[in-house]
Amino acid sequence: MSAIKYIKDIFGAVKSLLVGMKHTGYYFTHHKEIITQNYPEEKQQLAERFRGEVVMTHDSNNEHKCTGCTACELACPNGTIKIVTKFEQTPEGKKKKAIDKFVYHLELCTMCNLCVVACPTDAIKMDQAFEHSVFDRSQLTKVLNKPGSKIMEGVE
Amino acid sequence: MWSLGNITHSIDGWLNQTFSPALALLIEFVIVGTMAISLFAVLGLVLVFMERKVSAYMQIRVGPNRVGPKGMFQTFADTIKLLLKEGLTPTGSDKFLFNLAPVIAIISAMLLLAPIAFAKDFQMWDLNIGVLYVSAISSVAVISILMAGWSSNNKYSLLGAMRSGAQIVSYELSAGLSILAIVVLVGSLKMSDIVASQETGWWLFKGHIPALIAFVTFIIAATAETNRAPFDLAEAESELTAGFHTEYSGMRFALFFLAEYVNIFIVCAIGATLFLGGWMPFHIGQWTAFNHVMDFIPSSLWFFGKTFFLIFLIMWFRWTFPRLRIDQLLNLEWKYLLPISMFNLLLATAIAIMGWHF
Repeated sequence: MSAIKYIKDIFGAVKSLLVGMKHTGYYFTHHKEIITQNYPEEKQQLAERFRGEVVMTHDSNNEHKCTGCTACELACPNGTIKIVTKFEQTPEGKKKKAIDKFVYHLELCTMCNLCVVACPTDAIKMDQAFEHSVFDRSQLTKVLNKPGSKIMEGVE
Repeated sequence: MWSLGNITHSIDGWLNQTFSPALALLIEFVIVGTMAISLFAVLGLVLVFMERKVSAYMQIRVGPNRVGPKGMFQTFADTIKLLLKEGLTPTGSDKFLFNLAPVIAIISAMLLLAPIAFAKDFQMWDLNIGVLYVSAISSVAVISILMAGWSSNNKYSLLGAMRSGAQIVSYELSAGLSILAIVVLVGSLKMSDIVASQETGWWLFKGHIPALIAFVTFIIAATAETNRAPFDLAEAESELTAGFHTEYSGMRFALFFLAEYVNIFIVCAIGATLFLGGWMPFHIGQWTAFNHVMDFIPSSLWFFGKTFFLIFLIMWFRWTFPRLRIDQLLNLEWKYLLPISMFNLLLATAIAIMGWHF
């Protein structure tokens, strides 16, 4: 019996190997469908929920919606966000808290989206840019509010 | 048939007339050596590019496509990179053996080039034990692998080298026996006799089933002996990083890499010589008209065509089959290939004695 199994094994092995070779041979001779892409020239359409980096939205008047409440800073699990606040004089002569710098450490960010969820005023959101390579690590520490930007009217 | 013999004979005659015989011999050595080295360089460039393109096509990718038209100069760029890289020698290594190992690998590959007939009357050394010489020298390569693994002072390297030793020692047997089947049919170990015996048809077709079985066994054993996937346990990049050449960098690594590809070429050239007629054009028995038409294609073209067909076959294996485990590898050899090729040798002998082949 084992002799029959032995011979059967050999023929079974040859057959299964030929099936595999037929498959790759088919791919080799039908070189039309390519599953990879020439990356820098053709870029893939990214999924809607893809997260590349945190950005702060500014409107055309260079105004953002960040109140400096530090909810995002508290929500961040690995200390990526640091908010530096300052006090501004309002026209009525009152002092009002506002952000001076919204410091974002991209090199520490895990794109967990918790800061965006925590934000009460939807000031920050996730962007799809993912080509973040730089020559120096310090370039990855970003200030998200644009210079000279102000808080939008009516956002508390 | 058009032959390169006239050119080589006229060069030989001219050299012997102009210089003393000793000097003429020396110059011929230099010419042959230069040609061998340039063949090595060309083979390294072409085969690496071919492998990358074949693998890409089989995996539905594009492959190298940046340097030059269709990525043609990719291997040149790689060579320049490897030449410029620093060749590190690890502190704890046995420095003498570490530096010697790649040289032995390339020398054993170079020695194997001697008895191969590249075209009609175009052979370096037609010695009367050609096939025996080839199978003897091809086992020297394992020494370089063991040397590299041992001297690296690295457990992965040593493990890879030990596996490679076990593998080459066992697959040598079935490779030898499958070669022997053809030698029995031809009745000679000389390369030129083996090629000449296939004038009425290649052994793969003339030798019936034994030649076919011997061919399949030879291809499997050749794949194993050159340490290629699915038998690449010595390198096994996913488990042993790179096996025996983990610690090598720069040009020493390139020598191992080159030796691997040249060994593939040589093994395929020997396979083509034994089973597919070497430089002999495709002849069918006594069909003189057909045979005459086939003779118009140059013999070197036949040789390289057959060799590259076999190389393609081995690349096809590599990009199709998963790697074997060490116990499966040894099972395959000792339980399947060796008994089959021994039985096959008996069959081939019977056919040769009875004269049943064409």
